[in-house]
Amino acid sequence: MLVARPTTLSGVFDALDELPGAHLLAGGTDLMVEVNFGHRRPPSVVGLRRVEELRGYEVLDDEVVLRSGVTWTEVEHDLAGVLPGLAAAARTVGSPQMRNAGTVGGNIGTASPAGDGLPVLGALDATVVLASRHGERRLPLAEVITGVKQTVIRPGEVIREIRVPRLDGPQQFLKVGTRNAMVISIVVCGLAVDRAGRSVRLGLGSVAPRPLRATAAEEFIAGAIDWDRLTAPADAVARFGELAREAANPISDQRGTASFRRHAVGVVATRALQRSLAA
Amino acid sequence: MTDAQPTGADQATDSYTLTVNGKDRPVTDAWIGESLLYVLRERLGLPGSKNACDQGECGSCSVLLDGMLVASCCVLAADAAGSDVRTVEGLSPTGGLTDVQRAFVEQGAVQCGFCIPGMIVAIHDLLDRRPDADELALREAISGNLCRCTGYGRIFAAFHAVKQERARAST
Amino acid sequence: MPAPSLPSTFTRKRRAPGLGESLLRPDAPAKTSGQFAFSSDLYLEGMVWGATLRSPHPSARIRSLDPGPALAIAGVHAVITNDDLWGSRTYGLERHDQPVFADQVVRYHGEPVAAVAADHPEIARRAAAAIAVDYEVIEPLVDPEAAMTAPPIHPDGNLFRHLKIRFGDPGARGEVVVEGDYEVGMQDQAFLGPESGLAVPSEDGGVELYVATQWLHVDRDQIAACLNLPREKVRLTLAGTGGAFGGREDLSMQIHACLLALVTRRPVKMVYSREESFLGHVHRHPARLWYRHHATREGKLVSVEARMVFDGGAYASSSTAVISNACAFAPGPYLVPNAHVDGYAVRTNNPPCGAMRGFGAVQTSFAAEAQMDRLAAAIGMDPVELRLANALKTHDKLITGQVIIGTAPVAECITACRDLPMPEPLAPDAPALALPGGAGLTALPGDVRRGVGFAVGFKNLGFSEGFDDYATARVRLELGPGDEPLATVHVATVEVGQGFVTIAMQIARAELGVREVVVQTPDTQVGSAGSTSASRQTMMSGGAVQMACSAVREVLLERAALDLHLAPADMVLEEGQLVTKDGVASVSLADALKAGPIEATREFHHAPTEPLDADGQGNAHWSLAFAAHRAVVDVDPELGLVKVVQVATAQDVGRALNPLAVTGQVEGGIAQGIGLAVMEEMVLDQGKVRNPSFTDYLLPTALDMPPVVQTWIEQPERLAP
Repeated sequence: MLVARPTTLSGVFDALDELPGAHLLAGGTDLMVEVNFGHRRPPSVVGLRRVEELRGYEVLDDEVVLRSGVTWTEVEHDLAGVLPGLAAAARTVGSPQMRNAGTVGGNIGTASPAGDGLPVLGALDATVVLASRHGERRLPLAEVITGVKQTVIRPGEVIREIRVPRLDGPQQFLKVGTRNAMVISIVVCGLAVDRAGRSVRLGLGSVAPRPLRATAAEEFIAGAIDWDRLTAPADAVARFGELAREAANPISDQRGTASFRRHAVGVVATRALQRSLAA
Repeated sequence: MTDAQPTGADQATDSYTLTVNGKDRPVTDAWIGESLLYVLRERLGLPGSKNACDQGECGSCSVLLDGMLVASCCVLAADAAGSDVRTVEGLSPTGGLTDVQRAFVEQGAVQCGFCIPGMIVAIHDLLDRRPDADELALREAISGNLCRCTGYGRIFAAFHAVKQERARAST
Repeated sequence: MPAPSLPSTFTRKRRAPGLGESLLRPDAPAKTSGQFAFSSDLYLEGMVWGATLRSPHPSARIRSLDPGPALAIAGVHAVITNDDLWGSRTYGLERHDQPVFADQVVRYHGEPVAAVAADHPEIARRAAAAIAVDYEVIEPLVDPEAAMTAPPIHPDGNLFRHLKIRFGDPGARGEVVVEGDYEVGMQDQAFLGPESGLAVPSEDGGVELYVATQWLHVDRDQIAACLNLPREKVRLTLAGTGGAFGGREDLSMQIHACLLALVTRRPVKMVYSREESFLGHVHRHPARLWYRHHATREGKLVSVEARMVFDGGAYASSSTAVISNACAFAPGPYLVPNAHVDGYAVRTNNPPCGAMRGFGAVQTSFAAEAQMDRLAAAIGMDPVELRLANALKTHDKLITGQVIIGTAPVAECITACRDLPMPEPLAPDAPALALPGGAGLTALPGDVRRGVGFAVGFKNLGFSEGFDDYATARVRLELGPGDEPLATVHVATVEVGQGFVTIAMQIARAELGVREVVVQTPDTQVGSAGSTSASRQTMMSGGAVQMACSAVREVLLERAALDLHLAPADMVLEEGQLVTKDGVASVSLADALKAGPIEATREFHHAPTEPLDADGQGNAHWSLAFAAHRAVVDVDPELGLVKVVQVATAQDVGRALNPLAVTGQVEGGIAQGIGLAVMEEMVLDQGKVRNPSFTDYLLPTALDMPPVVQTWIEQPERLAP
């Protein structure tokens, strides 16, 4: 059998041993498009859809454990209360058909610069747990994705889960696209306020080869916020937007120009912050 | 239906059984890269699901996989073995038209018809999960089903007609 | 060409039962159940699959081409290129300037270079990719302005047509003058059903082609020339067509499939991928337009000057007709006493452009209506009032010198549209999906501004400039199952989704009083019905069906009269009965048919038109239709994101023969207009198409489409059937 359908994680590792060069298949929304277009011809496939350990999620006190096979529909419908930014992002991934099949792990594995959930996960300092027959590695998301469609995932390794800290504070998600549904982002951002840690995190996507954190903007605004009342002066908010713009390194492509992307980053970052602050 | 498969040095084939519309359908020595859409249309004699983009961006290939609405062009057929696949051809147990299909006919929601099987499957799925879905929920539920002919207006009308009819029937 | 004639029993004013009712589409049940066979669903035992190799370069010389690596792949049956052609090497709608396969030179991104037949579509695709082509890339000519003076990229030159309109006083000026430059991008028809069909070689050396297209006979004629076969040996049958909107007027896979079928002696199926579809058919002409409007201070138009350049891409397609329309309708549906228009359609190495719904009038409408808004602002007049003050009416002259003799309810359309209810204001608690950006959550209601736009447009119905346009219909009436009268309508009229199959039934029912009507699958075994385009089929093919029915009716009346020893003039056909005019005696249809079936074939021609002369003057059009639109739009000005809130429209529809169908057509047309305005554009980079997929060529979804409020002005043309 060249298409393996294991139901356990150890079954996955067995299959990967038996089928060297096998392509991993989660929701299929990325792999199948490549195959349909003739860009990829897998010699064999290991399907992850049925692996029990990779399905669903778990809500703990201080973090949410997303198994790599959790679908965007599950995130959208079940996790709005605990991960509002990610649930908002989930609602915009592709179409309902794609959300039913597409997985968070697949989104990371594909590592597209425009992945909608990635800036949010980055803003929340998510940790990716990679598993192989030989054990586990835990890496911050930022260290897993190294470039356009490039990750550090090794042969024989699968994403087992993504551990997402639960922060106390507002979370925002904004995605710019020229259509109101089923659109690849021109610019996408996830903002999270951590009241306990007195920090603001801003993840940006589609403006660099990989999702990034606008650290200069984050550090600046953390110092300007009145953390008791959760307010900030208007000029500080504007400066935050400028610094966010400067963090972006976008290209011009068929979806938008670099100058529009830069401008849009400033707008969405500013709005995201404004919505997070008290009036 | 065809029994051909790509040959050549990188030939990779498998045999598996799909469960489609309640029936077991064996597939023999098929290239492993074939999508569920391809297998339904070209191997199993079920061309009701359509291919307008082959990349999950149009919804015309929509089927139910284990009760979930998916784009069958993005499902590896061999990976669908053991799952329950329901296509537009299997929506009506008696072989006549379902109430959704009849409403599409009566409300003028069909023009060229290419998007229609996918729409029908998507709307059946929506009404099964959320019988009281409003128009905004409908629009979002079929936002992955492109129609180039109708502008969606008569499709919304068909949806409302079915909802009303089902509400009347249940009182 | 026979003079246009009206049958003796023609009763124009009678509103027959069946017409004006919303008869349901006969093909709708099969389309909802998945049983309806589209051209991509065709299957024949023993068939092989065809695939095309297309040029990745917009402009290049082919230094060498080696099909060897493709032929070496197991399962490949044939590879054909320009060198293998034995008939005409080129085809085209207006000029035969488009190569079947590139002949030493490729002139656009996606130009076909070769075709392959193989056992499995994946083998065919890989084999096509394996053909070794050595290209010498040439700098492409992509600027349409530069193309006019650049060295020719084709032996026919770079200018498809320069149309001049010189009307009235060239020195006429107005007190108020506004000018502007406008640009419209390249739109794609993006019909969902991909180019596809099945070619089957026949015993007599000919070929049967089952295909989705817009005009069976014009396809057949071009194919026959390229196969070097007499037309009778090339038989086309319409396969289920998944939309067209102009993109199927030109050939795509037809010749390639037939060639492969004749070479392999196997049935050949070809189905384009979406990417190939984007590259493989013509698009809407992108255009740059300059306008200068002159008006009096009271808002009366004095003169319109315009210069426009339409980029026709690599081959002629229907560019000369598109620019003709664009120029003839350049100022919009207003009374313009003086006009000076120069329209250029040029050849570049950009993708070929041709017919798309609106056919040239769309680009000029955008510019002309923007000009009217500027004029209104400059004068200080309400934009709708300005349009009303200048609205065309019957007996007015167009800038082509043609006097409108048909109906022209422009003012009625404007006022009716203006008076349609406005939508509710944006609520402070509006859900995200109701805002620009939708689920992307980019805007809160406070970030949004609302705007209202108004525009009026018009164009011709039917073909123009002296084209001898006609449609043929064969109607047969006989006793069918259960000895019930059965009418069979045989027309070559292509059904692309617009609903002619329904109208044909309604017309036959109305004309013959028969319940059972079957519309046969269109094919080339009956005379041409002309193109399914230019909003012409209801009039033309409908007219032909009516004429054929009238001829059948005459025979019925003769038979009934014979039976009753009366003259045919003493009898009428009413509600399925042949009755005497005094209502005393009658013969049933069934009885009249006992003597055998009655069949008639008729051609319907519209009144003749003329070409435009050197000054762009002439009675070029047969019939005109008008529409007024109002769009209410919410915009996020900081991000440029848009939510169309409502489109209201008042349309001059003639007689609405099937109200449900008209409703759907208006909504669908508006969806395509919204797409062009807000989100659709083929993005080109030095001639290369950057977005040949639905990922980046965005069509309006159910979340983008606003409610459409529509009202109709029903003023049928005198000369319409």
